[in-house]
Amino acid sequence: MRSLLAQLRAEVTMIFTNGETLFLTLGIPVVFLLFFSAVHVLPTGTAHPVDFLVPGILALAVMSTSMTALSIGTGFERGYGVLKRLGSTPLGRPRLLTAKIVAVLAVEIFQAAVLIGVGYLLGWNPGGPGGATALVGEALLAMVLGTAAFGGIGLLLAGTLKPLVNLAVVNALFVVLLLLGGMLIPLSKLPTWLADLSKVLPAAALSEALHGTLGHGTPVAARDWVVLAVWAVGAPVVAGLTFRWE
Amino acid sequence: MDHADTADPAARTAPDRTPAVECDDVVIRYGSTLAVDHLSFNAYRGEVLALLGPNGAGKTSTVEALEGYRPLSGGTVRVLGLDPGSDHTALVPRIGVMLQKGGVYPMLGPAQVLHLFAAYYEDPEDPDALLDLVGLGDARRTPWRRLSGGEQQRLSLALALIGRPEVLFLDEPTAGVDPEGRIVVRDIITAQRDKGLCVLLTTHELAEAERVADRVVIIDHGRLLAEGTPAELASGTADGSIRFSTDPGIDVAALAAAVGTGSAIAEERPGSYRLRLPDGADTPAAVASLAGWLAEHGLSLGDLRTGQSLEEAYLAITGTRSVPDPVTVDPPSGRRRRSRGRR
Repeated sequence: MRSLLAQLRAEVTMIFTNGETLFLTLGIPVVFLLFFSAVHVLPTGTAHPVDFLVPGILALAVMSTSMTALSIGTGFERGYGVLKRLGSTPLGRPRLLTAKIVAVLAVEIFQAAVLIGVGYLLGWNPGGPGGATALVGEALLAMVLGTAAFGGIGLLLAGTLKPLVNLAVVNALFVVLLLLGGMLIPLSKLPTWLADLSKVLPAAALSEALHGTLGHGTPVAARDWVVLAVWAVGAPVVAGLTFRWE
Repeated sequence: MDHADTADPAARTAPDRTPAVECDDVVIRYGSTLAVDHLSFNAYRGEVLALLGPNGAGKTSTVEALEGYRPLSGGTVRVLGLDPGSDHTALVPRIGVMLQKGGVYPMLGPAQVLHLFAAYYEDPEDPDALLDLVGLGDARRTPWRRLSGGEQQRLSLALALIGRPEVLFLDEPTAGVDPEGRIVVRDIITAQRDKGLCVLLTTHELAEAERVADRVVIIDHGRLLAEGTPAELASGTADGSIRFSTDPGIDVAALAAAVGTGSAIAEERPGSYRLRLPDGADTPAAVASLAGWLAEHGLSLGDLRTGQSLEEAYLAITGTRSVPDPVTVDPPSGRRRRSRGRR
């Protein structure tokens, strides 16, 4: 337990003391939320963009932490031989993975608190005109599934690519999923073929789920549950099968 | 070398002294490449065993098999009586590992990393005392990636020691370390040996093996070529020669006659001579005659040496890849290895 707590503390410390990671996990989401709430350039289809932006940017925050930050950090640890070296300590892989997962969840809780706080300051009205927040449980479940899906994708890349290649690929993937994921730009604004493609990716499924539950007060669609669940199981399994520790 | 005689060969082979590290007929393959080829040796508590060989000899593969990183293609390994693969969880608290390179979070400083690793073990060493021991007390907060190569190696050594291990595996512990750092590393290694640890290290540097190891296992192409104390290895391939240097072009025939019947002298390089004595010759008497003849002729005497160094033994052994013929001490085929070995 002592080793798990020490590892968890180290993982969280490394996320919060690394400038790039901090910019990725907090800087970008908060800046996007502030900027696009004030500057109405996005086709959000609403007179009150913050209502669209908070759920979308919460999905973005989940993706940035569980996929991008986790993948870049793990990739470099693998490249520097840290994962290999930890293999000959009593820490063990289960505790190392547990520490990483809990660290990601802790950062996500912090991100959510900051983004929701900023959202309220900007006049966010959750659950649409009725103010329904009864679906917050569904939203949380969708975020957990999204974390598993994105974490699996991030570790799949970190465990197979060289650190610098991984850095480039995972950043590119972040931008692509950001644009195609309905986080800033509604899926309805995409060409039909692109929107159809997006709908089977975890980014769009998560942002749709959050837009529904936290934005319009509608439950998560069955298709989004299925997409999230398939990615949440499939990506970690494939990552586990292909991960190379050194 | 100076510790070679503290290890008593008789005690090592006594039946009640079980080896801390056992390699028995180990084979390691990577695809079609044979990295380790039926290698067997043991290492014991209270000794420093050096795996010595040129780059690519199979040293790291062997050590990583003992650390549980490499599956074996054949043979068995045991560390403290445990299988490094299947008994991994029971073994890791009892071993200390220093990888050939890396292994440390690049953004964390020595103090942070040592405190983190200390938390992995039941009864760790004091991280701050270890920092001072390896001479990193002034670099406590410097991120690993900004440490010099030697500082990184010393931090890795400290990390290997933090859990109070019974066996230390050190892969090239002095590679990239400056001369002062090397002394620190060597002192730590011998102090751990004196505390009763079994220290297994790899090196491609002869001088390092000669200085720090009680016993040396020489391997090349994954095979054991020779095993023994540095003194045993050097004398095992000795050829009863006396080497010396003086002015070039002396009258070797006259000198040989003065030294005694049956001796022969060759000038191997200008000013460098090798005097061969007949079997059973009295070496001290021959040295006295040699010195006397040179003095009579007003010549200086330098670099007088009987037997040979471990370096010559190593070159002979790895150069011929068999028990060497004493005459072929300078192997013409060993040039490349030689230059690397001397680095």
